[in-house]
Amino acid sequence: MKNDDGITLQLELRGITKAYPGCLANDHIDLKIMPGEIHALLGENGAGKSTLVKIIYGVLEADEGEIFWAGSPVKIPNPHTARKTGIGMVFQHFSLFEAMTVTENIALGMAGRQNMAELAREIVDVSNNYGLPLEPHRQVHTLSVGEKQRIEIVRCLLQNPKLLIMDEPTSVLTPQEAEKMFETLRRLSDEGVSILYISHKLDEIKALCHKATILRGGKYISECDPTQETAKSLAEMMIGTNLHAPEHSEQTAKGPVRLKVNNLNVEADIEFGINLSTINFEVRSGEVFGIAGVAGNGQIELLAALSGETRSKNSGSIALDGKEIGHFGPNQRRNLGLAFVPEDRLGHGSVPEMMLTENAFLSGYSRMTLMNNGFINKGNTETYAADIVKRFDVRTPGVNHTANSLSGGNLQKFIVGREVLQKPNVIIVAHPTWGVDAGAASFIHQTLINLAENGAAVLVISQDLDELFAISNRIAVISEGRLSVGRELSEITIEEIGLLMGGAHGMGENVETTHVT
Amino acid sequence: MLLKIEKRSEYSKAMVYLTPLIALALTVLTSILLFELLGVNPIEALYQFFVAPLDTEYEFSELFVKATPLILCAIGLSVGFRANVWNIGAEGQLTMGAIVGSSLFIYFPDTDSIFMLPAMIILGAIGGAAWGAIPAFLKTRFNANEILTSLMLVYVAILVLSVLVHGPWRDPAGFNFPESQTFSESADMPILISGTRMHFGTLLALLAVFGAWIMMARTLVGFQVKVIGEAPRAGGYAGFSQKKIIWFSLLFGGALAGVAGLSEVSGPIDQVLPSISPGYGFTAIIVAFLGRLHPAGIFFASLLMALTYLGGETAQINLGLPVAVTGVFQGMVLFFLLACDVLVHYRFRLNIVRKATS
Repeated sequence: MKNDDGITLQLELRGITKAYPGCLANDHIDLKIMPGEIHALLGENGAGKSTLVKIIYGVLEADEGEIFWAGSPVKIPNPHTARKTGIGMVFQHFSLFEAMTVTENIALGMAGRQNMAELAREIVDVSNNYGLPLEPHRQVHTLSVGEKQRIEIVRCLLQNPKLLIMDEPTSVLTPQEAEKMFETLRRLSDEGVSILYISHKLDEIKALCHKATILRGGKYISECDPTQETAKSLAEMMIGTNLHAPEHSEQTAKGPVRLKVNNLNVEADIEFGINLSTINFEVRSGEVFGIAGVAGNGQIELLAALSGETRSKNSGSIALDGKEIGHFGPNQRRNLGLAFVPEDRLGHGSVPEMMLTENAFLSGYSRMTLMNNGFINKGNTETYAADIVKRFDVRTPGVNHTANSLSGGNLQKFIVGREVLQKPNVIIVAHPTWGVDAGAASFIHQTLINLAENGAAVLVISQDLDELFAISNRIAVISEGRLSVGRELSEITIEEIGLLMGGAHGMGENVETTHVT
Repeated sequence: MLLKIEKRSEYSKAMVYLTPLIALALTVLTSILLFELLGVNPIEALYQFFVAPLDTEYEFSELFVKATPLILCAIGLSVGFRANVWNIGAEGQLTMGAIVGSSLFIYFPDTDSIFMLPAMIILGAIGGAAWGAIPAFLKTRFNANEILTSLMLVYVAILVLSVLVHGPWRDPAGFNFPESQTFSESADMPILISGTRMHFGTLLALLAVFGAWIMMARTLVGFQVKVIGEAPRAGGYAGFSQKKIIWFSLLFGGALAGVAGLSEVSGPIDQVLPSISPGYGFTAIIVAFLGRLHPAGIFFASLLMALTYLGGETAQINLGLPVAVTGVFQGMVLFFLLACDVLVHYRFRLNIVRKATS
C-alpha cells in the first residue's frame, strides 16, 4: 500500500480479473497510482483498458482481485459509490443534453436537488480556477466540442475528486485545445489530484504522463516512465512486435479523377445539424485525400451525402468515374464501385446484435453476389465473412458471433475488410482508426495506402491529424459545413490546419471561388 | 424515486427463451389464487381449463380451428414487430378481410366455380392489406403513430361490418336477423377431417408459418426487416428504405389477418355475422410475443392461446366461471411475459434519496 518512498498510494489494484464468456478481459492486473501522478494506461484495443477502467469506476464488478483506496481496501459496486469515494471519470463520448444549459446538464449528473444559482456560481469558480472557461447559461448545442468536454471535466471537478479518469480525451480536440487541456491536467496534478489517462496518442503520453502501465491481451505487461521511452518503444511494448510505419511508394503516379464533388449543398434535416455549403473537391486514382476537422462541423452530413444516405436533388453534384450519381441511393453507388466505412461501427457500419456473416451480407450482398435466385446464399456469405476475418486478422471465435462481441478495433478491421474486399474504385473512410490500437491502426493505414496504389481513390475523414499526415497525399479542412481547398502534404503544416479547424475561414473561401470549374 | 431501474450490462441469452415458460408458470400460480378467491377448487379448475378441452378427437381438432386465425394474424404481426412497426390493428384487418372476401359470395351467391374460394381468399388478403395500408400511408407521409391509427381503424372496420350485416347484406329469408345467408359449398373452406370443423384455413396457416420462416431466414426482404428493426441507421447505410419496410410490414400483416378473417367466415362460421372474432387479432399480439416473434414459437403459442379459448368455454359450462376468465388468463400471460422481459434486461435497485447539502 506504500511505494518505495513510503508515500501512501492513492489507488492500488491487485490481481484484478474479469472474464467474459469466451474471453479473459482482465487477467490478474496490478496498477499503482500515487497522489498527484498522471498515470497513462496504454494498450491495444481489446487489451482490457476499458474493462479495467469500468471496474475502477464501478460500472463493472471484478470477478477477482482487490482495490485499495488511500491504503485501505474498498468495494466499488456502482459509479455513485465511485464518485462518493473521490473518483471522477470523463468518458470518450459525452452524455449531455443539447437543448439544455451548462448548469442544467451539470445539475442532472449530481445526486439530489440543486440550488441552480449557487451551482452556476460554483461552476464559474471552478472553471476559472482551472482555466476551463464556461458560461453556465449557454445552451450546450451552441458550444464547440472542446467546450462540451470542459463541461464533463467541470462536472467531475465539482465533486472534488482525488482521482480523475480520462478516456481518450483529446480525440475530439484541435491541437490548440488539447494543449490547453494539458495545462489544466498539470495544474490538477500539482494540487495532488491523480489522473488516469487513457490514450493511443503516444506523443501525448510522453509529454504529459509521469508513469505508464502497459496492458496486452488482458495481462499486465510492465510499468515504465514514458518520458524515458520513445513513442516507438512504447508502441512495441503495447503490441509486442516491431511496428511498421505506413509506407508510400515514392511518387505514385496519379491517375484520372475518380470522385468529383461539384458545388454540393445540403440542408441539414435534423435540429443542430450542419448545412453543407458549396463543397468542392476531387480525388484521383492513386491518391489518399484527407479531410480534417473537429467533430460536428459537417462531417456526418458530408458522409451521408457521399454514401447516398442523403440524396442530392442535383445529380451532377457528385460524379463517380465521370458518371453523375448525386441522385443515386447507397446500393446503386455501391454497385458502381463506391465503398464506405462509416464513423459509428456499432449501429451504422454494423448491426450490433447480428452475426458477422449477416454483417458481411449487409453491405456486400449485391457487389459480392451473395444472393441466389432471390435467396440469401448462406455458403457464399459465410465464405466471404470468413475471408474477411482471415485476411484482416479479425480476432473472433467464429463468424457466427455477433458484431457487438468484438472489441472496437477488431470490429473496425472487419468493417474495413468487408469494404476493401469489394474491390472498390473509390473508398470513403470516416475515422479509420478511432480508438483502434497501434497495431491495428498501422495495418488499416497500410491497407488504405495499398488500395490507392492499386488505382483506387481513397477519401479519409478524420480528426486525428497524425493519422492524416501519415497516410494522405493531400489534405483539406472542413469547418462549419465548408471545405477549404485541398493542399499537398508538403505545402501545409499542422499549425495551419489547426487554425483552419478552429474556424479561420479566410483560406477556405478564397479557394472555393477559384476552385469552381 | 425510491426504486431505480438500471440496464444490465450483460444479460442471459438463455433467459430470453426461458421467459415464456416462466411467464406461464407464474400465470398458473396466480390463477390458482384467482380460482381460490372465486370459490372454485383450483385443481379442478385447472383440469377443466387445460385438460378437459382435449379429451376427444373432436375437441382436439377444435384446438386447430381456434389456432388458425391466431397463427395467421400473429405471423403477420411478428414481421412488423421485428421491423419496429407496431401494428396492433390485426382485429380490424381481419374484419376487413372477411368483409371484402365474402363480398364475392354475397354479390354472386349462385356462382358455382372451383375458383370461387381461391378468389375469395385473394380478396380477403387484399381487403386486410388495404386496411393495413392506411396506417402505413399515415406513418410514412405524416409520421402518425401506427399504434394509434391501426387501433382506431379496428373499431371503424367493426362498425362497417355491422352496417353491412344489419343492412344490405342481411339474408332476405333470415327473419330479419342481422346475418347474411349461409355460404354455398363453393364458397366454403373444405373440411380436412370429416366429423370435425378443421378446415383448409389451417393449411394456409401452416403455409404462413413455413413461408414466414423462410422469408425471415433466407430472403433479402426478411433481412431488411431485421436490420431496419435492430439498427435503422445500418439499414440506411446498406441502402434499405425504412419507408418501404413500413409499407411491407403493414401490407403483409394486413393481408395475413385478412386471410384469417375470410377463413373464419367461410370456415367455422359459414356466414357473415355482426361479430366474427372473439378478439383473435388482439390475442395474436400476445401470441407473437409469447412465440418470441419466431414462426415456430408462434405456432406453439397459438395452440396454447387457442386452448385458453376452449378452456374458458369448458370452465364456463362445467364450473359456471365467467367467460371473462379467458381474457384475464391471456392478459396475465402477456403481463408476466413483459415483466420477465424487463427483468432479463434491467434490474431494480434501491435508491436512497438524499437532499443536496451545500
